[in-house]
Amino acid sequence: MNNLTKQEVQELPEESKGFLASRVQRRSFLKYAGMSAVGIALVAAGCKKDKQIEGVYLGSGDIGILNYAYALEQLEAAFYIQVVTSFYSGASDDEKIFLTDIRDHEIAHREFFKNALGGSAIPSLEVDFSTIDFTSRASVLGTAMAFEDLGVTAYDGAGYLFKSADYLLLAGKIVSVEARHAALIRELLSTNTFLGAEVDSNSVNISRSPAEVLSAAGKYIKTKINAGDLPTA
Amino acid sequence: MNLINIIEEIEKVDSDVYERFSPRRKAMKSFFNMGSKIALAAIPLSLGSMFKKAYGQTPTGILDVLNFALTLEHLEYNFYLKGCAKVGIPAGCDSESIKTIRMDEAKHVKFLETVIKSLGGTPVKEAKYDFTAKGTFPDVFTNYATFLAVAQAFEDTGVRAYKGQAGNLISSNEVLTAALQIHSVEARHASHIRWMRQQMGVDVKPWITGKESGIGAAVQASYDGEELDTQAGILITNINGKDIPYEAATECFDEPLTKEQVVAIVTPFFA
Repeated sequence: MNNLTKQEVQELPEESKGFLASRVQRRSFLKYAGMSAVGIALVAAGCKKDKQIEGVYLGSGDIGILNYAYALEQLEAAFYIQVVTSFYSGASDDEKIFLTDIRDHEIAHREFFKNALGGSAIPSLEVDFSTIDFTSRASVLGTAMAFEDLGVTAYDGAGYLFKSADYLLLAGKIVSVEARHAALIRELLSTNTFLGAEVDSNSVNISRSPAEVLSAAGKYIKTKINAGDLPTA
Repeated sequence: MNLINIIEEIEKVDSDVYERFSPRRKAMKSFFNMGSKIALAAIPLSLGSMFKKAYGQTPTGILDVLNFALTLEHLEYNFYLKGCAKVGIPAGCDSESIKTIRMDEAKHVKFLETVIKSLGGTPVKEAKYDFTAKGTFPDVFTNYATFLAVAQAFEDTGVRAYKGQAGNLISSNEVLTAALQIHSVEARHASHIRWMRQQMGVDVKPWITGKESGIGAAVQASYDGEELDTQAGILITNINGKDIPYEAATECFDEPLTKEQVVAIVTPFFA
């Protein structure tokens, strides 16, 4: 019953939303009353049954989260490959070195997930960079910043969804590198912005749910992604 | 809502969990009623008070990790506090950046203290520090380059320390997420300090190449292990025929440190 994505919740009829909002209390009530929650789970499952046919299916459980990361790394790698193939005008030597390094990192992340997932890996996604002006420094670095910041919030927001401590550690090994990228790209755009609006009042990095991240990344991914069975807790 | 699963997880080892919460239904109700828009940062606090009410305590493993993190944040905060007062930090960008980082560490200290208290624990206190590390960095507060070098070692070590503890927090979604979120900020700091050093002509990048520090043998323990280019049994160098140099293969994954390794690294900085 916890498998509903936000999008799916939005698509539910109004009365169901209310039901979901109050399911916590009801759940407790059912427990006390000695009743089963199975009925609720069936209702929830019925709502999303038809959704699994459309788009590239990320899967469920830890595999789903790994495919989610693989999708984001595919996007980042494709972007930096295009950036490095033909640098924007006025790119400094340092910028060229840094962006080439980042391209290599993202390709390595992408290929790592592909191999780690093996037969469970999603296929290659088709990207859409039509809104990016690759000849413009502001456009390229602005997009890079958006991708890196998004990547950090994605890993931070998905870490707890892993059941396996090994996968959690692997994601942890990658997220700090994404944060290093993000800080650098931000600094190239404007001094002393290595945190920017990406931290909250406690100076901890913000995080985003897979639904939020995929919604933001969707602008750049042509392939439809089905994240309907990603774990939500 | 993650909370349900936390309680379900607890139920696996403690079938009476619902009974335990039962007499405190008022507390539970007020917790749930806070709604989904609650700031994430506040969740550990609410969760903490609920655990405390139900059990009178929090699993000690989680408190140990949080106090370990707090010990490191105290160290970092005091380092920047004294550094800002003593080292001649160039005005402008450098000065602003160091102040930003100092403020972050102060907030991390406060945040961790609040979380620990809300979980029923006692936050560790500040210690007395020796930022020369028993004479290893005699000019840490008189030479800006040394100050930045020590800052880099602290930040990179901090990233590795948080990473090494993630697995110990896997039972608590909220505390794990908070730790990951601090971990990312430490990585942003590390990246920025490294970039500042690079601008001064030091041969470092925002990411860690091999196990190089650009500092010297004194901090090598903070970087040993970073040269790994095999992850989960998969060789990253030239993976799948892609032209990925060894250097990039080591840079693109940061490695964890155990608590024992971190303690050994930071011990010289305690007076």
